[in-house]
Amino acid sequence: MSATAKVVALPVADGKVQPKPQWARLPNDRWKALEIVFWLLPVAAYFLFPGYLVLISQIMIVGLFALSLDLILGYAGIVSLGHAAFFGLGAYSAGLLALHGYGDPILGLAAGALVATVAGFLVSFLVVRGTDLTRLMVTLGVGMMLFEVANKVEFTGGVDGLSGMEVGKIFGLFEFDLYGKTAYIYSFVVLFVLFVVLRRMVNSPFGLGLVGIREGKRRMPAIGANIEHRLKLVFTVGAGVAGIAGALLAQTTQFVGLDTLGFVRSADLLIVLVLGGTGRLYGALIGAIVFTLAQDYIAALNPAYWQFWLGLLLVVIVLFARGGILGALDRIASVAAARFKPAGKGETQA
Amino acid sequence: MVGSMIGVLFDGIAYGSLLFLISVGLSVTMGLMNFINLAHGAFAMLGGYACVMLMSRLGVPFLLTLPLAFLVSAAVGWVLERSLYRRLYKASELDQVLFSIGLTFMAVAGATYFFGSTQQPLQLPDWLRGQVNLFGIDLGVYRLFLIAIVVLVTAALGYLIERTRFGAQIRASVDNQQASAGLGINVSRVFSLTFALGSGLAGLGGALGVDVLGLDPVFPLKYLVYFLLVVAVGGAGTIKGPLLAALILGVFDVAGKYYVPDIGAFVIYGLMVVLLLLFPTGLIGRRA
Repeated sequence: MSATAKVVALPVADGKVQPKPQWARLPNDRWKALEIVFWLLPVAAYFLFPGYLVLISQIMIVGLFALSLDLILGYAGIVSLGHAAFFGLGAYSAGLLALHGYGDPILGLAAGALVATVAGFLVSFLVVRGTDLTRLMVTLGVGMMLFEVANKVEFTGGVDGLSGMEVGKIFGLFEFDLYGKTAYIYSFVVLFVLFVVLRRMVNSPFGLGLVGIREGKRRMPAIGANIEHRLKLVFTVGAGVAGIAGALLAQTTQFVGLDTLGFVRSADLLIVLVLGGTGRLYGALIGAIVFTLAQDYIAALNPAYWQFWLGLLLVVIVLFARGGILGALDRIASVAAARFKPAGKGETQA
Repeated sequence: MVGSMIGVLFDGIAYGSLLFLISVGLSVTMGLMNFINLAHGAFAMLGGYACVMLMSRLGVPFLLTLPLAFLVSAAVGWVLERSLYRRLYKASELDQVLFSIGLTFMAVAGATYFFGSTQQPLQLPDWLRGQVNLFGIDLGVYRLFLIAIVVLVTAALGYLIERTRFGAQIRASVDNQQASAGLGINVSRVFSLTFALGSGLAGLGGALGVDVLGLDPVFPLKYLVYFLLVVAVGGAGTIKGPLLAALILGVFDVAGKYYVPDIGAFVIYGLMVVLLLLFPTGLIGRRA
């Protein structure tokens, strides 16, 4: 479609419904000013908070991981309780490669992505089958199964985890330093590149199709959409991105623990995403920022309390704050717009 | 060889009965209210702690703690259903999952706070310990006791669902809520009572299971898969489905851990994948 504001007349008999211009109904791929500011923040943080680079790198990795879940949960509407399986696969792939002398970071990322993508593709056949409950079970079961494998098998180090890996220089040029500067820039670049790709993807007709499946599973086949095919594809992509996030964590921390595969990580991830707001990509990133900072602060006080507050937070979000932080902001914005611009033109979409 | 096989089968059936007792409430909640309650294990844990604490702190005899565990879990279930769960019956599956994970996390943290993170010891009465020799095979007395209780409870449950007026109301509400409400059935009351009953049974199962499954604050997370498995494989909304699934899973789990200990944990997951592939809507689907 051309970018000109074509007007689509809705087939309403009395013609009273105001036709919306097409550009307002299709996803807009153009970058907004607020988005550019958002992406300049990590650049500014690099210079402003040199003492927090490691923490911010963690946030970016959690953000990338949450983005991958947003694809399959926020856009396609598949509730997964075992997304950490792919994260862990990526982490162990990159970690094992580095441990056995293949320490090139890009190679590690590629390996993590490949292994997770293949696993995601295989699991996707089970996921598209069956009811919602079956989906929950399959994702949960796969996650638990991998956890057991990593626990039992010798080469993963079991409960001790993988340590002592030597991650090489990026492109043979940039060495990982003690202050986390290289790791910071590396994580940021990977996150940004993948974000651009995913942003393009969800704003494409394919992404629109996913939303269509989420909103009306029965109706999509009627317009000729192959639901299974789309769900398999998005699940596979989501798994691959989770694998990259895992590989990134393994390389920047030079350690892979058993908890990368655990149920609690999958559950935490759901919380990150729901906290920020699902189905809008930026929700995943905002959620990652708030969640990781809160975790850093509260868990330092007492880990057991942390889980209690986390649970309470979830219950409160579900009962009172659906849509998370960005959803709440949207509501505030629309209320404000309705108040200041009674013409009804102030619709905002993130 | 034959003796050990019968022994494994027996242990598996005892284990499966326990799984059934805990999960049957979950099956009904899912079938009746379409609610995916991941916090179901927390009710079982509550029953377990009620049993242990009553015995160790107040000196209540074991047999008497069982009905009390049932009542405590049922009461808490009833209160939570009335105050929180009912708000989410119409909510999306994601909301239900998140809400119940939140409850589970709170239960885990709460149990750690009040009872500590260690395994709780349970002193069974003398007459439930040891083995009896039946037809030349040694059988654990407690496991026999377990099976007997589950048989009794299942029979009572079957009678309640199939023969009583309340059971007819439950069945009608499962099949069609709107039509049932139109016929004058107080569906929301049926929901509350059923939820309380399911929670109570989970509590009873939790109390009975302290000796078999253990009891610590992460209990609801540790056994979550098993409870969900029973319901997903058996088919939500029935009693026969979960019973069959629980027995199959129990026997295979025990057999897997006994004969192939190295891959014991995978037997059950592999079985799950196969069963879910063959029966995507459960062994005994609600709609024939």
